[in-house]
Amino acid sequence: MLDNKIPQGPLAEKWSQHKFNLKLVNPANKRKYDIIVVGTGLAGASAAASFGELGYNVKAFCYQDSARRAHSIAAQGGINAAKNYKNDGDSIFRLFYDTIKGGDYRSREANVYRLAEVSNAIIDQCVAQGVPFAREYGGLLDNRSFGGAQVSRTFYAKGQTGQQLLLGAYSALSRQVKTGKVKLYTRNEMLDLVLVDGKARGIITRNLVTGAIERHSAHSVVLATGGYGNVFFLSTNAMGCNGTAAWRAYKKGAQFGNPCFTQIHPTCIPVHGTQQSKLTLMSESLRNDGRVWVPKTVEMAQKLQKGEIKPTEIAEEDRDYYLERIYPSFGNLVPRDVASRNAKNMCDAGKGVNETGLAVFLDFKTAIERDGEDVIRAKYGNLFQMYEKITDDNPYKTPMMIYPAIHYTMGGLWVDYNLMTTIPGLYAIGECNFSDHGGNRLGASALMQGLADGYFVIPYTIGDYLAQTSYDKVPTSHPAFEEAEKEVRDRINILLTSKGEKTPDEFHKELGLIMWEYCGMARNEEGLKKAKGMIQKLRKEYWAGVKLIGINEEMNLTLEKALRIADFLELGELMVDDALTRTESCGGHFREESQTPEGEALRKDDEFAFVSCWEYQGDDQPAKLNKEELVFENVKLTQRSYK
Amino acid sequence: MSNHKGLNFTLKVWRQKNAAAKGEFKEYPVTNVSPDSSFLEMLDIMNEDLLHKGEDPVYFDHDCREGICGMCSLFINGRPHGPGEEITVCQLHMREFNSQDGGVITIEPWRAAAFPVIKDLVVDRTAFDRIQQAGGYVSINTGGIPDANAIPIPKEIADKAMDAATCIGCGACVAACKNASAMLFVSAKVSQFSLLPQGQAEKSRRVLAMVNQMDEEGFGACTNTGACEAECPKGVSLENIARMNRDYFGAALSTEH
Repeated sequence: MLDNKIPQGPLAEKWSQHKFNLKLVNPANKRKYDIIVVGTGLAGASAAASFGELGYNVKAFCYQDSARRAHSIAAQGGINAAKNYKNDGDSIFRLFYDTIKGGDYRSREANVYRLAEVSNAIIDQCVAQGVPFAREYGGLLDNRSFGGAQVSRTFYAKGQTGQQLLLGAYSALSRQVKTGKVKLYTRNEMLDLVLVDGKARGIITRNLVTGAIERHSAHSVVLATGGYGNVFFLSTNAMGCNGTAAWRAYKKGAQFGNPCFTQIHPTCIPVHGTQQSKLTLMSESLRNDGRVWVPKTVEMAQKLQKGEIKPTEIAEEDRDYYLERIYPSFGNLVPRDVASRNAKNMCDAGKGVNETGLAVFLDFKTAIERDGEDVIRAKYGNLFQMYEKITDDNPYKTPMMIYPAIHYTMGGLWVDYNLMTTIPGLYAIGECNFSDHGGNRLGASALMQGLADGYFVIPYTIGDYLAQTSYDKVPTSHPAFEEAEKEVRDRINILLTSKGEKTPDEFHKELGLIMWEYCGMARNEEGLKKAKGMIQKLRKEYWAGVKLIGINEEMNLTLEKALRIADFLELGELMVDDALTRTESCGGHFREESQTPEGEALRKDDEFAFVSCWEYQGDDQPAKLNKEELVFENVKLTQRSYK
Repeated sequence: MSNHKGLNFTLKVWRQKNAAAKGEFKEYPVTNVSPDSSFLEMLDIMNEDLLHKGEDPVYFDHDCREGICGMCSLFINGRPHGPGEEITVCQLHMREFNSQDGGVITIEPWRAAAFPVIKDLVVDRTAFDRIQQAGGYVSINTGGIPDANAIPIPKEIADKAMDAATCIGCGACVAACKNASAMLFVSAKVSQFSLLPQGQAEKSRRVLAMVNQMDEEGFGACTNTGACEAECPKGVSLENIARMNRDYFGAALSTEH
């Protein structure tokens, strides 16, 4: 039975009460505990820095050459907080409510409320660190609006909010490195988790420069390794983002929550061709001023596709601003899943606007006419520049073309209220866990969650666990380390001696296409079953032969990729299993069999108001599905409406 | 999907097995590249070809591929991040290159004593991390912070701080400089904090510690050629160097730190 450890008592008092009930580690004793943090994005860097400040000994790992480069850095638009600086009716409860509703009622009330509750402290913390948030002329902080909310609660630093927040956390981390409380291991990748007496006590890593396989022991392990969107090959994730740490933890007994919940971001630059390696997001903030449209008729769309007419030649009355038409109250600011699905519907109906017919317009004409080009440039200049660099089109003159792309995974390792996985001593924070976004994450909430977990939740909850853990260290000569290292070496040897013609990337692209086609924006039973078979076949082929080169004891790009793809080939199947089991639609998970007459996602609360928690049973056994029932005491479950 | 014809290039690439080995240029043809492909996607094509032929792929650093992580670091045809203004290599597209006359493109790693080559085009930039660790922060702990709006900051100042903070730490400034000086990088971080009220308490200590670490790492001196500013993918201004120099001299002469 899964115990989510949600405290008793009224919603607004749960966290305060819980913090009081948590056991503490005496300041002088903190130095007797070692903590491993894997990943140095917003969650990992903020957690590692905070642990160091508290006095714990921290080892922080990242695969990049510097902790500052983790992919949180690429988040553009902003971070939410319930400051109500705009006097527009915001409150902790409203942020909580919007997030629960935005997630289509598939997240935990207590976790989401806590997230909203600590959101304000995050802004205070970041400002004190010197994060240069955008300000108004009076010197106070500026806000903008994001999807799924009718208040302005998003704090931002140009279109580089993730960068500035990460550099803030990185500076705090750097300070702890200087004090010696944090030891950094860059260009290192975690390849396995080590359990001693059923508890997480260490990890096995590979040094990506020398190939050295190393053992690291600690009293607790925190995974902050981000999401697994790269299972789709093409996504907005960085090239190196991968699911290996989480997957290895899963195979050691950590249950995986809602793996099929992936977010498809509506405003990305469309795919240019088969040589494409990744997709680039255009911030959701653009939907504050940009209007989404397609031509009213298929004939006109076909002319656009052939390049016979220009978008600017299409008259107002021939344009269908479909989001404004279908959702008059939220308009262009509907949540991401709704915006993505509608774009797909328009393109499926033949109204796509680029060469491939897989794009819609995001048009700033109205805003430029209203506010002037200078105002739009000041707000979105760097995004417009980025768009022009990639597409060779000037978005001040002609509308942008956008299409949805894989962006974020709401699913992840299952954690309790303390952010601990089902393995004692193993925590998962940030995108790596499943906890706060349900079936769909609202814009500007990923940064909020990463920093909430790292600065303000785990520094408290980990103390409770450590206070009940002996100071004794496990030596890395312990048989559990021997065994875990041997497993890693065996896996590497199989791959390096494998003889095949297909490269790791070729397998990865194939997997990505299967996932996108059958487990992407719309899913159905037949397609999912087909995908399951295809993935199994691909995986078999992979282990029968994949083309690598070189040895372990050097920098080896092919090996790095091959190890990650091996795990994606398993994780992909679990996502499909999860999508098959959940025969309702909710948030980003759209089962074609379950929709309202208007084509909106139709939840089945009686059957599916639970978290799917998948438990590994062995490579030749299907995973076991456990359910954590979701209890709603403070919000009423309604069919989401943004009309 | 592009309607354009594929382009062909000859790449002259720096190959170096490891830090100790002697490096050399090697030539590789790459064919049928879409003009809409990014430079790094073009390198992916080359590497897939090499792998299929059983040859070791060319190593280069990259990650986000949207110009913000600062990991990509190639010296292309004599310029850090190649042709084009205010972009990183990953934002560079093949339509910018001439594929006539063999379409030769020369690709080298960042060249600086403080950035030793690890393999091929991959260099070690941890010197930047150590400079940051020396003092690139406001020394506050998590929690117990007054409300974010307690300190109003004039918009102009906040914007200037943001312009400095926009640095992605890629090292193009060092690669562009004939002295391999890191002044633009260090001054961007120093300036961000020097401009903001939050950074005042440690203003002197910070600039002294960071400049000291910069010197220890073996970066060269600044002779004000401005190459760093010209090649910075984020347009970080030389004004920051002037500000850091002011701060530095002020701090060095002062006894109050």
